[in-house]
Amino acid sequence: MSAGEAGILFLTLRTAALATIVILAPGLAIAWLLARRRWRGKSIVETLVALPLVMPPVATGLILLELFGRRGPLGFLKIAFSWRAVVVAMAVMSFPLLVRAARVAFEEVNPRFEQIARTLGAGEWRVFATITLPLARRGIVSGALLAFARALGEFGATILVAGNIPGRTSTLSLSIYNLVQLGRDGDAFRLLGWSVALAFAAVWIAEVVVRRKSA
Amino acid sequence: MTIELRNVVLPLAHFTLAVDVQMPARTTGIFGPSGAGKTSLLELIAGLRTPKAGRVVIDGRDVTDLPPRDRRIGYVPQDDALFPHLSVKQNVLYGAHNADDAVLDVLEIRHLLPRGVNQLSGGERKRVALARALLSHPDVLLLDEPLAGVDVELRNRVLQYLVRIRDEFPIPMLYVSHDIEEVRAICEAVVRIERGRAGVG
Repeated sequence: MSAGEAGILFLTLRTAALATIVILAPGLAIAWLLARRRWRGKSIVETLVALPLVMPPVATGLILLELFGRRGPLGFLKIAFSWRAVVVAMAVMSFPLLVRAARVAFEEVNPRFEQIARTLGAGEWRVFATITLPLARRGIVSGALLAFARALGEFGATILVAGNIPGRTSTLSLSIYNLVQLGRDGDAFRLLGWSVALAFAAVWIAEVVVRRKSA
Repeated sequence: MTIELRNVVLPLAHFTLAVDVQMPARTTGIFGPSGAGKTSLLELIAGLRTPKAGRVVIDGRDVTDLPPRDRRIGYVPQDDALFPHLSVKQNVLYGAHNADDAVLDVLEIRHLLPRGVNQLSGGERKRVALARALLSHPDVLLLDEPLAGVDVELRNRVLQYLVRIRDEFPIPMLYVSHDIEEVRAICEAVVRIERGRAGVG
């Protein structure tokens, strides 16, 4: 592996991991609210959360660019065209996968256990931390891995809001695109190999986590 | 110490539960056929269901608007609902400050504490669920068909544990069952319930 390849891999893994960590708390909160509570505007939020799954990633990227661009309402954060913008693009695009998986995981927790915990004197936060979350953990871990895998491959939103700056914002998928454009197919295939290996590992682990029987 | 349901109304799937009844003795059985509303009655007292009208009063305390965690009840559901991801020890201590030796001894579960919940037999599960409820130091014990799903040989043994709880601890018990023999073996008084109507009998 060349130094350039290692740099690309490290940037991609680091930003994808960060994106997954950043969405974890808000993702679990929204998933729990969708699974366990009835509230006004729930279906709207449900739809909004799912949008990045079905919208063209480039369109999502354009929205992010408008938000985070120099003249945008969040422009003062000065994150556009930096590795931070890569994280933002990855986070937004992975968010629906985490929320969906976590929501299903929360819904599969028998409310009976939560009710009994309450009769034993537990408050809502303790019920969540000691009953709901541990019982949903497999679905959540699997969802987080899928979100991570999705982040690894992010392209369309990233290229708009973070650009394609070699050494700074060119992730694995952007670099593959660059190399193909330059006619360096051999190098592109090597990155492709890494891409397949990483995606395979993430999805495979996610499957194993879900299927594993409890000890 | 008594439990009162004052003109409580709760619509159910096929009929409406409408009861105005006071627990006549420290150990009271709620007896009636399957689907009569017995479990719903317990859930009303536990705060897992909210009545459409009426008040739930435990020992003079109106708990109708209190969430389950503030009602100081020990609820043992029919399916025991042991937390599957926790050890027996973690289960019995969930609502407790400390493991009361008397409870562990009377129910003979001390040796089970390090085990996982899925390593327990049916009778052991019932005893652990009873201990978990008792150790939260409730004002009243609500038992929903504690012998349901227990095979004939085990029935008498679990029944003996229930009698021991009744005799060793001064706690009031509300005992739901569709088996009058069982109710008579445990309880001093019986409330009959049929299609959502209850009466002391």
